[in-house]
Amino acid sequence: MLRMSWMVFLKDVRMEFRGKEAINASLAFALVVLILFSFAFDPTSEQIREITGGLLWILFAFSGVLLVNRSFVREQSNDCLDILLVSKVPASALLLGKTLANLLFIALVQVVCLPVFSLLYNINLFQQPVWLMGICLLASWAIAILGTVFAAMTVNLRLRELMLPVIVYPMIIPALAAAMQLTNIIAVGKVPEGDDLIWVRLLVGFDVIFTTLSIGLIDTILVD
Amino acid sequence: MSVLTAKRVSKFFGHFPALRDLSFSFEAGDCIALLGRNGAGKTTLLNLMAGLSRPTDGKLEIASRVGLLGHGIGVYDELTARENLKFFASLSPRQIDVEAWLEKVNLRDVANATLREYSRGMRQRLALARTFMGEPELLLLDEPFTSLDDKATALLQSLLAEALARNATVVLSTHQIPEAMALASRILFLERGKLGYFGPRPDEMLGDSTWIYRTYGVAT
Amino acid sequence: MNDKVLLALGVASALYLVRNLYTMFMVLPDEAAQGAIYRIMFFHIPSWFTCFACFLASGVASAFAIWKKNFKGDSFAVAATEVGLAFTFIGLATGMIWAKIIWGIWWTWDARLTWAFITALTYAGYLMMRNMIDDPSERMRVTGVLSIFSFTSVVITYKAIDWWRTQHPGAILSFRTGGGNTDPAMESMIYQNWYALMLLTVVLVMLRFRQEETRREIEGMRRLAFTR
Repeated sequence: MLRMSWMVFLKDVRMEFRGKEAINASLAFALVVLILFSFAFDPTSEQIREITGGLLWILFAFSGVLLVNRSFVREQSNDCLDILLVSKVPASALLLGKTLANLLFIALVQVVCLPVFSLLYNINLFQQPVWLMGICLLASWAIAILGTVFAAMTVNLRLRELMLPVIVYPMIIPALAAAMQLTNIIAVGKVPEGDDLIWVRLLVGFDVIFTTLSIGLIDTILVD
Repeated sequence: MSVLTAKRVSKFFGHFPALRDLSFSFEAGDCIALLGRNGAGKTTLLNLMAGLSRPTDGKLEIASRVGLLGHGIGVYDELTARENLKFFASLSPRQIDVEAWLEKVNLRDVANATLREYSRGMRQRLALARTFMGEPELLLLDEPFTSLDDKATALLQSLLAEALARNATVVLSTHQIPEAMALASRILFLERGKLGYFGPRPDEMLGDSTWIYRTYGVAT
Repeated sequence: MNDKVLLALGVASALYLVRNLYTMFMVLPDEAAQGAIYRIMFFHIPSWFTCFACFLASGVASAFAIWKKNFKGDSFAVAATEVGLAFTFIGLATGMIWAKIIWGIWWTWDARLTWAFITALTYAGYLMMRNMIDDPSERMRVTGVLSIFSFTSVVITYKAIDWWRTQHPGAILSFRTGGGNTDPAMESMIYQNWYALMLLTVVLVMLRFRQEETRREIEGMRRLAFTR
């Protein structure tokens, strides 16, 4: 199962890097939104520090969902999904492979946006690099796993691009909220401790519960 | 050794009975023509046999590796021919010689081009490679002769002959009856979701394509 | 459940509600700190309990439908969700009225209110999804899974007042606090009204369930009639 997940991961990554459509669109979108934010909020004010987490994670949520939308669409154009299922690829392997690929793509967007944000808003986000990576990893996994599962659910819908955000965003709010709080803390150079750790527990708990649910239910979603 | 056994299989979509109470079994080496009017349930049955769908009632046992050639080509446009075959080969437990298959379908020279650059006939040939290369024991083909160019048709016929020679089971769902009758040893005829006829291919079908509809079909 | 049973339940529910209203206004005194408006709690809390019960029923019915490939479970799930969503809005509305009078504001973004709102959104999403999928089998599977996922937001809404310090009042019912926070007569009233509302809910859900089953039958027959 893990080997097949890896194969699916490699295939999705190869397909995406061949065309780079989704990554480019997502990156462009993210950068445009960053600029829009600078008009909405005064970048020089001290209050920016308080909304850093919020801005960043709204940004990653929006571009993340854009990216994730494509996961199962890729399989649809030539009925490849059917072939995968007939080849006895477990639905959970498909899910894991695609989620990992989406995680990679979201990480790429973050790798670009975080330095850009730091420069444009004069906030050093890298003061606690290990924490930053940890938060990004955990929260991006949340976006990736729920996004991929829900992409599987909406792949056949007429209004797929509209319905996916509508059902995903409410679901990922706990993870986003935790990520926002933690990002705010490390943006001022502090380390989360004491009461703050509840957000870490929330993120981890969220990831564990939803990953388990997703792996358990993906078969029902994909196979009639 | 039964390759596929269906015991009182039914498939409901809500209250709509797409398939009702089907019982049949395929042996190794059978070539079955799946016939029926549009809407009779052929695609539904194929999906069940492929494992894409599960019966609502009854039992369906499939004791083999399945290969599917459906309506969609089932290969990725963004990847090259070689990458496509290597990927699908990696999903199979068998050792597959991808280069040999590329050679067999005459695509080895252009194997490094992405499928977007291929003509339709070339993509069809790659799909055939993808379907047959795992040497599946049960081959499910949905309207395989439709819109194949002459090279692809010849290739398909030779691949089918090879498959039957190694005792694989082939199910052909088609409206092109003469081509199917040349290959088929049995016929499974569906009428409105029910089993109209399952048995050896009657000789009458060789000369008269509509014989089975008239004999076993329900008059409208 | 046949018509007579449903009618009996409906009448029982109506009578119970009338009796409760009488008790509320004639028997129970005004609350010490809040005055007369506290009586809205007798609808606010039971509405939310009913809403959670409906969503729980929906999740269980969905799981059953998926596992046993049983379309009745799917019909029950959508019926329970729709009624649950109605009670969600009643819960939100009664809460907002209470808040305006007691706190002077219609809304605040504390943990519980936010999560209640999110719950409303997730289940509204569920109903939207149902409209978008034509194939009944796919609809059952996909929305069934969605119902199970959505239930997590109900759990979080319920636990929100324990996990976060919120503007929303903390727990007052004995089973959560161990007793002593609320006058027993008032606490009893909350439960009594909940029972009355649950009777009503059963009637509404069964009616909607029947309607959904009939609709499914008609769809099936129509498809059958069209094949020729």
